[in-house]
Amino acid sequence: MSFSISLIVNGSPCDVELDDPRVTLLDLLRERLQLTGTKKGCDRGQCGACTVIVDGRRINSCLALAVSHDGADLLTIEGVATGDRLHPVQAAFITHDGLQCGFCTPGQIMSAIGLIQEGHAADDPERVREGMSGNLCRCGAYAGITEAVLDATAAMALTDRRRSA
Amino acid sequence: MNVVTNNKWIGQSTIRPDGVDKVTGRAAFAADTTMPGMIWGKVLRSPHPHARIRGIDTSKAEALPGVKAVVTAKDIVEFPVDKSVMLGIQDMRWMCRNVMAREKALFPGHPVAAVAATSEAIAAKACELIEVDYEVLPWSIEIEDAIKPDAPILHEFNTFEGKPSNIAGKMELKKGDVAEGFARAEVVVERTFTTRAVHQGYIEPHACLIGVGADGKTTIWSSSQGQFMVRAMTSLLTGIPQSDIRAIPAEIGGGFGGKTIVYLEPLATMLAKKSGRPVKMVMTREEVMRATGPTSASTSTVKIGATKDGKIVAAQGTFYLQAGAFPGSPIRGAAGCSFSPYDIPHVLSIGYDVLSNRSKVAAYRAPGAPIGAFAVECVLDELAEALKIDPLALRLKNAAKEGTKASHGPVYPRIGYVETVEAAMNSEHYKAPLGKLQGRGVASGFWFNAGGESSAQVNITEDGNVVVTTGHPDIGGSRAAIANVCAELLGIDYRRVSVIIGDTQTVGFSNLTGGSRVLFASAMVVTQATEQVIATLCKRAAKIWEIDPEAVTWEEGAARPAGANAGKFPPLTLKELADKAPALGGPVGASVQLNTQGAEGGFGTHVCDVEVDVDLGIVRVVRYTAVQDVGRAVHPGYVEGQLQGGVGQGIGWALSEEYIYNKDGKVDNPGFLDYRMPVCSDLPMIDTILVEVPNPKHPQGVKGVGEVPLVPVMAAVANAVHNALGKRFYALPMSPPKVLEALEVAQAAE
Repeated sequence: MSFSISLIVNGSPCDVELDDPRVTLLDLLRERLQLTGTKKGCDRGQCGACTVIVDGRRINSCLALAVSHDGADLLTIEGVATGDRLHPVQAAFITHDGLQCGFCTPGQIMSAIGLIQEGHAADDPERVREGMSGNLCRCGAYAGITEAVLDATAAMALTDRRRSA
Repeated sequence: MNVVTNNKWIGQSTIRPDGVDKVTGRAAFAADTTMPGMIWGKVLRSPHPHARIRGIDTSKAEALPGVKAVVTAKDIVEFPVDKSVMLGIQDMRWMCRNVMAREKALFPGHPVAAVAATSEAIAAKACELIEVDYEVLPWSIEIEDAIKPDAPILHEFNTFEGKPSNIAGKMELKKGDVAEGFARAEVVVERTFTTRAVHQGYIEPHACLIGVGADGKTTIWSSSQGQFMVRAMTSLLTGIPQSDIRAIPAEIGGGFGGKTIVYLEPLATMLAKKSGRPVKMVMTREEVMRATGPTSASTSTVKIGATKDGKIVAAQGTFYLQAGAFPGSPIRGAAGCSFSPYDIPHVLSIGYDVLSNRSKVAAYRAPGAPIGAFAVECVLDELAEALKIDPLALRLKNAAKEGTKASHGPVYPRIGYVETVEAAMNSEHYKAPLGKLQGRGVASGFWFNAGGESSAQVNITEDGNVVVTTGHPDIGGSRAAIANVCAELLGIDYRRVSVIIGDTQTVGFSNLTGGSRVLFASAMVVTQATEQVIATLCKRAAKIWEIDPEAVTWEEGAARPAGANAGKFPPLTLKELADKAPALGGPVGASVQLNTQGAEGGFGTHVCDVEVDVDLGIVRVVRYTAVQDVGRAVHPGYVEGQLQGGVGQGIGWALSEEYIYNKDGKVDNPGFLDYRMPVCSDLPMIDTILVEVPNPKHPQGVKGVGEVPLVPVMAAVANAVHNALGKRFYALPMSPPKVLEALEVAQAAE
């Protein structure tokens, strides 16, 4: 038996036939859509390396079944930059060294984008640390990650103000 | 020493060359690669801690549609147990039995067979169809059980003091005569400490993709700390010559020592060879936790004696470290590093390597040294208390310096340990007031660091830029640091230097990324290669100008006439000389291979503040400062990153991480939910103070920096907890249940 679902992935419509209802959103991205920027660190929702944004919310894609997301709008790390222009969060991760090995980085960035959109953390480092705590970084780049999120939050708020002015 | 002053790039935190790939998801890690016709490999693992393998029947698995190959120990080259074959610090007798159980399965998770099939699901199903006839044997997990006289023996051929034993080795380091030393001591403190096994915890699970051609030519993409290690071990375990194995280093998603040996590569190679299809294997997190790493659990007894004025006169340590199922725990690091920051006349340090039915330990950041330092640095804290001396003043009084004969052997050249203690004492942190239920602890640490074999090529491109090829995976930012060194020497913008990590068939042998050796060794080879390139460029300019090559200097990215000819000709830039290269003798480049020497040890001193929640038993680190003698910070941003990373891991080891075994001899917490590594909100911002005492034996003064920062942490945290509560913890981790229990015991006693 096969299952057809339609998704929007990084702005493009995408129809998928699944031969197995157990395929996770993460495996769909990595193994079938060749979007390998999203990482599998634990496959149990415990490390956050697979974080993507679905319909505006950050989720662990390893805990989501693809078939239950028919019609969803997905944003992955591959869809964050605009052409050659990095997203402010991506740029801030480089500027503040919010990474060492870089494996958890796509998940950290997606989580940070989600956190900034949620608007709960704003310029409070404690709340940023709390809000980023679902994403493990064993290299210990948390200081850089926190600074990057704070910096990107400020940069994006400034852009928004300019746009609305 | 040739430390260049007024550096333009050395000492700059330049933007990392791999940054954009890593923030856009483009960076290719091992599991991200695919090949046409690729199939999936899976491992069948022993459910038993200890069992003789009487037989394996793979026929049902082989008959399952979609299965393309099955391998067992008979497909892996056997190294007989009576003859040691070493590759670096690894003995192939153990390695061949670790990658695939042979006579016995020795821990839950030990591979017994592997399958390759057209999908992961079919491979997993085929594993279930393999019938293994086990004779289940008694087992032991903990050190005290494994060294009992009647303990079940893992390896019958292993004897200690003439009898079959689980003690696989003993090492002893001796300086002076401790009996004489302790006789002179006026205050003696002796304590016993235990630590639990902790995992390196890299977020990227082990992964590889391997293709084997009909002619035996093999291509390996894998995540490791050394493509040459992967090639050598795979060659030894499969019988394919090294010249036929091209091992390509993927980006590595963390290793911390845990990726310095192979697990999957020999199995995937044999599956690919048998099936004729490229095979991908990726471990699950549970497999990583059950069957790879971790570092040893330990029991250490340390005794230190001093005179009343605070001079340490004798020190003795006995360190029992778990090796897991095969010999090779890091007793050298525990016994050899723990007393090294101090000038002590009489030292006896003994390490025991203890086997038990756990996965074979792997290197973890300064292997063994944090275990030894936890014991020694906590005893020093008690000694300082007994002597009523400030704990840093006690360390300063006994600090090793230039000319001190270290307890592990060498006589130190100019080192910066004293400077780290002074910087810690003078820090604003050390003088800051503490709040309620807060405490402050200090500790120092040492790691040997390493040199060894490295190769590099420096090639000038036709358009006048530079490509540097080195042979060790970049795990902490070495590409950026090497670009800084090469750009400095050439006097050009660092963005014109592209540093890549070559595969085993394109660059000369380079030992693995480990021992904090990479920047020390690669900066040395890259410096020599760059200097050769500069000499060639100067000769080319001399030819054009028709002057003596000795009369040409290289400054600010151009050849310039010097001496009597100074100013006679306009400078020739790198780009101009590259343009003229075809007419002047051809391409410009140099290749250097060295067995680098002169890697001096590194020292760190840490200050830690904790706050204890006495209702919940939670210890929170609220402020932390790591001071380290880093030799020369070629890229200060990444040096700070190493310090912060090491401290973060140490805080996890001190407060929350541990392997928990159940009554069946199995790990009960093989995942990140129950194996609790620090998350962002668990850690404070970690301050660093970089003390730069250049290594006199290195062209840029470089010392390894990556491992030292883990060494002092657990002791610093434990000493801080004691300072906060007046209660000492001799066992790690100081997790909430244990802190609560200790507080309740203390309350009951009142």
